[in-house]
Amino acid sequence: MIKIENVSMSFGDKKVLDNINLEIKDGETLAIIGGSGSGKSTLLRLMIGLDHPTGGKIWLRDKDIAHMPEKELDELRLHMGMVFQYSALFDSMTVGDNVAFGLREHTDYSEEKIAEIVKEKLEVVGLPGTEDMMPGELSGGMKKRVSLARAIAFGPDIIFYDEPSSGLDPIMTDKIDELIISTQKRLGVTSVVVTHDMDSAIHIADRIAMIYEGKLIAVDTVDNFRRIEDPRVRAFLRGLYIGKEA
Amino acid sequence: MFVRFLEIIGASVLELLYFIGDVMLLFIGALKQMPVKIRVRHVIHQMSHLGVDTLPIVSLTMMFTGMVMTLQVANEFIKMGAESTVGGIIAIAIGRELGPVLVGVVAAGRVGSAMTAEISTMKVTEQIDALRVMGTNPLGYLVVPRMLACMIMVPLLTVYGDVIGVVGGWGVAKYYAGISSYVYVNSIPEYAVLNDLTGGLVKAVVFGVVIAVLGCYYGMKAPEGAEGVGKATTKSVVSAIVVIFMLNVLLSMVLY
Ligand SMILES: Nc1ncnc2c1ncn2[C@@H]1O[C@H](COP(=O)(O)OP(=O)(O)OP(=O)(O)O)[C@@H](O)[C@H]1O
Ligand SMILES: [Mg+2]
Repeated sequence: MIKIENVSMSFGDKKVLDNINLEIKDGETLAIIGGSGSGKSTLLRLMIGLDHPTGGKIWLRDKDIAHMPEKELDELRLHMGMVFQYSALFDSMTVGDNVAFGLREHTDYSEEKIAEIVKEKLEVVGLPGTEDMMPGELSGGMKKRVSLARAIAFGPDIIFYDEPSSGLDPIMTDKIDELIISTQKRLGVTSVVVTHDMDSAIHIADRIAMIYEGKLIAVDTVDNFRRIEDPRVRAFLRGLYIGKEA
Repeated sequence: MFVRFLEIIGASVLELLYFIGDVMLLFIGALKQMPVKIRVRHVIHQMSHLGVDTLPIVSLTMMFTGMVMTLQVANEFIKMGAESTVGGIIAIAIGRELGPVLVGVVAAGRVGSAMTAEISTMKVTEQIDALRVMGTNPLGYLVVPRMLACMIMVPLLTVYGDVIGVVGGWGVAKYYAGISSYVYVNSIPEYAVLNDLTGGLVKAVVFGVVIAVLGCYYGMKAPEGAEGVGKATTKSVVSAIVVIFMLNVLLSMVLY
């Protein structure tokens, strides 16, 4: 369980997140939606400890990660995975080495065992046999899927996705959505998905949270969310933001 | 007007102090990561990169420097009847100063800049965040191997460069100034002592650290965007060279 308590975040004078309160239950898929620059990525980075909030607490089970030193965070992060907005694959390594990265760093598994796990994870994301390719040779959608394979290689409990389908065509978007759903089902992980795409959010999530100019203005189950009257939410539901960025 | 002037000076001094503090933090952070884990394969990979990238320029730079030094020294010394000291003078000058400084400058331009470009690209494309998310400390993973590689390779290249420089000097001494090989070679052990070489190597180790730490520092601090990468690269080379020249004076005072 992740519990975000009165969290605020500023960069210099600029307040990016304003007193956010949010609880994410074990095993659920929560979609965080909001316009460009509303603070979604920032919130995600706080949850995985890449940045520290200027105020408030972030509870991961019984530990406050908001002010945790990097060394302790590193241990917790072994149970988390993240798929970055632009995939963030290591471009000096092959696909196989990318997926194997965490295993090589943090286990003493034999190379055979690692190769086996890598093979399996690449099959799960629908890219079997791509071990020896370089990230530069992959399309955007393939990169996202390798990034997911890398994120699940260590068997995380929580997976964070930052705009997993931005910049992809509708067919690839569906494919990624299906992968998020099947990964959740198969591994029983908690998923937090930041997205612009209302259709995706409705499709994959149990609950949806909306951030508007740094404030959390709505959070509810998908069915209830669709009936919210707030005009800012209505505008988003009508799809005013869809495609604006891509 | 005068107050404004003082303000500008004050601001630059503050900025400089911040910079030194920041660089020190990175250096100490990297030192702390050393006992945690040393990725030997990465160190070797960086070392071979460094060697391959700089060997040709080090050879040329040091050969021509040895040659031109001898050209200047030999003429004057022959006039004074001191031709039997030329080899020694060249060896001392190269071993103490020219070898480590020139190799340091060449490595800063060739390797330090490449480090900054590589690491800043990693930063902009969130690869450094990806390292952290996977529980890997970027200082331990990126800075430590580069620092160790530089600490080993810059001195090795310096020894090599010293030899090339002395050989270049010999060529000019023999074929241009007419000093016999025997006289040139013999004067080296007569005047130069081991400390002339080892002192230079101590400098080279320090310069290696400077190159790696500044190369990594500017990479990690690079502002977003491709333009940021270019700017960071230039800054890293310029500041590494300035720091090398500055520390060289200090080290010469301490060592000799
Ligand atoms: N490191 C930083 N320094 C300064 N400002 C930042 C930093 N990171 C984010 N911001 C600012 O915080 C605001 C929110 O950024 P964030 O990346 O969280 O938005 P987002 O909702 O993810 O947008 P997008 O949909 O475009 O990815 C933006 O105005 C951005 O300029
Ligand atoms: Mg974002």
